[in-house]
Amino acid sequence: MASAQFPLVLGLDTFGDRTNDAEGRPISHAQTIRNLVEQGVLADQLGIDFFGIGEHHTDDWPLSAADVVLGAIAARTKRIRLGSAVTVLSSDDPVRVFQRYSTLNAISGGRAEVILGRGSSIDSFPLFGYDLADYETLFEEKVNLFAELLKGGPVTWEGTTRAALINQDVVPHTESGPFPVWIGVGGSPQSVVRAAHYGFNLMLAIIGGNPSRFAPFSRLFDQALKQFGQTPRPVGVHGPGHVAATDEKAREEFWPYYEDVIRRIGKTRGFATPTKEQFVHEVGLHGALYVGSPETVAQKIAANLPALGATRFDLKYGMGGLSHDALMTNIELYGTEVIPRVRELLASEF
Amino acid sequence: MQLLSQARIAVLGAGHVGPVIARMAIAAGYHVSIAASGDPEKIMLMTQILVPGAEPQWAADAVVGTDIVVLSIPLHRFADLDPGLVAGKLVVDAMNYWPPVNGVVDMFEDRRYTSSEIVQRRLARSTVVKTLNHIGYHEMEEDRRTAGSADRRALGVAGDDPGAVNAVAEVVERIGYDAVRLDSLSAGGLLEPGGPVFGVPLHRAEFELAVLAQVA
Repeated sequence: MASAQFPLVLGLDTFGDRTNDAEGRPISHAQTIRNLVEQGVLADQLGIDFFGIGEHHTDDWPLSAADVVLGAIAARTKRIRLGSAVTVLSSDDPVRVFQRYSTLNAISGGRAEVILGRGSSIDSFPLFGYDLADYETLFEEKVNLFAELLKGGPVTWEGTTRAALINQDVVPHTESGPFPVWIGVGGSPQSVVRAAHYGFNLMLAIIGGNPSRFAPFSRLFDQALKQFGQTPRPVGVHGPGHVAATDEKAREEFWPYYEDVIRRIGKTRGFATPTKEQFVHEVGLHGALYVGSPETVAQKIAANLPALGATRFDLKYGMGGLSHDALMTNIELYGTEVIPRVRELLASEF
Repeated sequence: MQLLSQARIAVLGAGHVGPVIARMAIAAGYHVSIAASGDPEKIMLMTQILVPGAEPQWAADAVVGTDIVVLSIPLHRFADLDPGLVAGKLVVDAMNYWPPVNGVVDMFEDRRYTSSEIVQRRLARSTVVKTLNHIGYHEMEEDRRTAGSADRRALGVAGDDPGAVNAVAEVVERIGYDAVRLDSLSAGGLLEPGGPVFGVPLHRAEFELAVLAQVA
């Protein structure tokens, strides 16, 4: 595995999850978004490498315009890279996505990234008048156009999902070549191959089950890149979690909100609420959750990255109902303790 | 194991679920062919790396000489499947009609019937058995256990034809699960999203109780 040719990157992702006040009442979407800006600024101050916001369109995840929030963070920060996690490209216009992130790239002095994917919710499809049955065609065509736009220069493109472009200059131009683009993959081998085909980076979204089952996806990605004549590209991991002073505190803080959120998703999607036993398994070495003390979380990240052939980890922090204070503490511990410890544990590999 | 005595399984679908089922079937000793909607060349590399031992083929070739055909294609693509392709075959329906996740498909909106009954009606010359639909593809491999293990997970196997149900139950058992038989595709509705066992890891006794509680 070609780990060492890419730097170790340790970032944060958020969906702008609904946040409760001290009395346990949900705060407004507006305040949630202002808090999110503070969280991004703190992440920059702590030297965290990346801050990503995932597009959603629901009361629980009101971050439908992530790029605007990222622009606000960009204006107050100097170093941290900023991106979507993910952009639901199939229900968006690739031209607009390019324009917005190229603008973010300008504001931030070249710190923009985009992760393209479907995400796990489908709310944007009815909202914008798309049929989910067309998902594959929409994604395939729009990724194709997005790749053309990234090359810079006038674009000529024709497809079935949007108007054709003929020698069209799309602005703003990027200053120094394309910004990094990742494809977020939750388990579809064809998405892995597609990322390789376009020479995009691969982000493995591992939100349940044993992370090690994704290791073959990295091998598939490396081989597919070779087959398509692309240069090696980095692999990242997106994993949900929560860091607190001790394992017990992290679990106690996280579990009630996790149970509540999954129960409510389960109700709409028809699956059962997870038991505490299942939660404990997911928190353990063979599960997908990074919930615990800085040492516990660092050990898990440091074990999983090499096993998955990955050089980047984005902790998806927050869980509907956790307070802004708990999130700020999580970010602080991640920046001051988890990241240095992961770097120490992986020192021989990077 | 002798190749001649090896039962053959074709997996139609190379998305999230198909390759996982194919891998488990190979581990259980079956000869496995796998097909996506088009040219096998497109899934050659994926098969070599994710499902070593499986043969990527055109769907029409993959089903030749097989005993069992596993359908793990997106349900909104099911209408594109030529029923003649699987005529005379035992078809395992591992699919779900799951509108909140995959969107509405008109063909499956008639709620008087389970999704597998609708699949069976369209595949009139095949024998349909429903299973492997109510366990997440992310846990299928890890939750396998050898027969007799105390923590072996149970999977429902539903069908109208008892012989077909038995044949599929044997596959499920060999893969690493206890098979709980349900005697009709209609009863197989209990395995669907929103049902008592969808996404729930249960042992045989718990599974039987959960299903019985609904029938009673």
